[in-house]
Amino acid sequence: MKRSKIMELGVGLFMLAGILGLVFLGLRVSGMTLQAPGDTFRLEANFSNIGSLKPRARVTMAGVTVGRVSRIELDTDWYDARVILELDGDLEGKLSRDTTAAILTAGLLGEQYIGLSVGGDPETLADGDTLRDTQSAIVLEELIQQFVSNVMSD
Amino acid sequence: MIEQITSLGRRGCELLESLGRAGIFVAQSAVGVPSREGWHLWLRQMHFVGVLSLAIVLVSGLFIGMVLALQGYTLLVDFGAEQALGQMVALSLLRELAPVVAALLFAGRAGSALTAEIGLMKATEQLSSMEMIGVDPLRRVVAPRLWAGFVSLPLLTIGFSVVGIYGGYLVGVEWLGVFEGSYWGNMQASVSFIGDVGNGMIKSLVFALVVTWIAVFQGYDLVPTSEGISRATTRTVVYSSLAVLGLDFVLTAIMFGGLT
Amino acid sequence: MSDTPFVVVEGLHFSRGDKEIFRGVDLAIPRGRITAIMGPSGTGKTTLLKLIGGQLVPDAGRVLIDGEDVHRQSRRALFAMRRRMGMLFQSGALFSDLSVFENVAFPLRVHTDLPQTMIRDLVLMKLEAVGLRGARELMPAELSGGMARRVALARAMALDPELILYDEPFVGQDPISMGVLVQLIKRLNQALGLTSIVVSHDIKETLTIADYVYVIADGQVMAHGTPQGLDVSEDPRVSQFVHGEPDGPVPFHYPAVDFYTDILNSGGRR
Repeated sequence: MKRSKIMELGVGLFMLAGILGLVFLGLRVSGMTLQAPGDTFRLEANFSNIGSLKPRARVTMAGVTVGRVSRIELDTDWYDARVILELDGDLEGKLSRDTTAAILTAGLLGEQYIGLSVGGDPETLADGDTLRDTQSAIVLEELIQQFVSNVMSD
Repeated sequence: MIEQITSLGRRGCELLESLGRAGIFVAQSAVGVPSREGWHLWLRQMHFVGVLSLAIVLVSGLFIGMVLALQGYTLLVDFGAEQALGQMVALSLLRELAPVVAALLFAGRAGSALTAEIGLMKATEQLSSMEMIGVDPLRRVVAPRLWAGFVSLPLLTIGFSVVGIYGGYLVGVEWLGVFEGSYWGNMQASVSFIGDVGNGMIKSLVFALVVTWIAVFQGYDLVPTSEGISRATTRTVVYSSLAVLGLDFVLTAIMFGGLT
Repeated sequence: MSDTPFVVVEGLHFSRGDKEIFRGVDLAIPRGRITAIMGPSGTGKTTLLKLIGGQLVPDAGRVLIDGEDVHRQSRRALFAMRRRMGMLFQSGALFSDLSVFENVAFPLRVHTDLPQTMIRDLVLMKLEAVGLRGARELMPAELSGGMARRVALARAMALDPELILYDEPFVGQDPISMGVLVQLIKRLNQALGLTSIVVSHDIKETLTIADYVYVIADGQVMAHGTPQGLDVSEDPRVSQFVHGEPDGPVPFHYPAVDFYTDILNSGGRR
């Protein structure tokens, strides 16, 4: 009887480890959050070019992750990209109205993410507001083209 | 010439017949009312098939993750993209390596043992005597093993992935000096839970079914002599490996190949 | 006890591959008696038991147990029918992962809802009957061949079956355990009123316990009768078998071409 108890314990631990592993794969590897949806608020931002930004990319502030990109769509009024950001609920009502969003690249070829920097406006952004001041992704080809034409004209 | 065609035809018929037997076999085994007794038998097989395979699967996973990180780093550093190491390690493991390698190890470690065990029970008339006692060996012997295999392999695959990603972290971050934040950050940005973890799990479930099925069927259907057992054990490993690799291609094409 | 036979085999045909094993076997096994089925090795006696137990399906003919056709049953009904039978396999066929006690308890546990204490009592009773109550904690690998067979006998009796099939119970036993088994089979049959079928080629032992004997050779019933009747049979084949003469109408040699032709033709070919 005692041996079978040890066996049951082993199998139980094995299954528990499997489930914990799956949780690890969900949270740590695929970056899902356990926070309830109510804990976040949304902002929108239009960019003329988003480069290779993808949904679920990080949104950072001073290097600290404060949210994720939840959706990217084409804005047919302006023919630019509308990016919907899902931000930490703690920040609601704390970001000034002139906060800027820029698409940045981690390293030369790394992932692209959005960096926010706060301005000085006393009025703050609420759920569903749009960020006016944005800076598009740097596209390497354009950069090179610019550089080449500068050299040529010099 | 005609003789060759005839022999080809005979082979084809034999193959079909054996597939049919295997199908009836798995159907008769899998449907059974789970009882308290059955639960105990299943638990025992879980221990034998799952827990005892854990060590080899985890050690292999660790090494494969470490090698991936090492190889990936030397490749990525040329493009200045070593930040993408985490993404590379995680995606290779979750989509391909963990389901496939864990299934191959499982076929070698647990599948062959299942075949040999059932085969020996058949050779020593234990299965026959069970039938004569009025207990269906498909329910009593085969079903718990089938279900244990089906549950164990996905769990082992999860373990393989987790340990592999940790191995990649050890080599990439601790040893080669990739920035820790970008190892995890890049990974989190590119791994989708449904698309990558989920599809990997589906693969693993399919492999689990196929490998255990082959193993128990080969054991149940073998010629009850010592030569028959050794042949069936070999067949289990060969057929399972081929089936896993072949099915992996098909599943990959469906899941990631843009075929809809 | 009625006089209708418990087991009836009618016109049984069975072949394995191209080899015809039975070509029309008819048997009637009387209720409550020990019936022996004898014959030279390789005549398919074990196959006959498997056909009676429903593990193999005949090509033609049928097997009736207590009036029911074994091979016309659904899988479930067949398993239910087998609870009324016990079979003693040549090797014992004990479950190697269970102890002696658990082996005997196995049929009780799967087929009854008896409480633990009652199962224990029943198992000890059966083990006592075969004289192995003291060996209950041993594993099958630790038993001698004779002991394993006695444990298997206890297991076959666990559910108090109406019919027990013995497959070569005396093969490979030393004289003492052979004697023990002969006594056991006879005593159990008398005490419990079982119908027994003993398949064997050990003539002396079998004839001492059997009430009725069938001799099978060449896929057919060659002779049948009481042991006394067979002993004085005029049929040369029967008397060769019963008296154990090496050569006679039943040939010592496997069918082959003439020896001298074979030897002289051996140049280069096998």
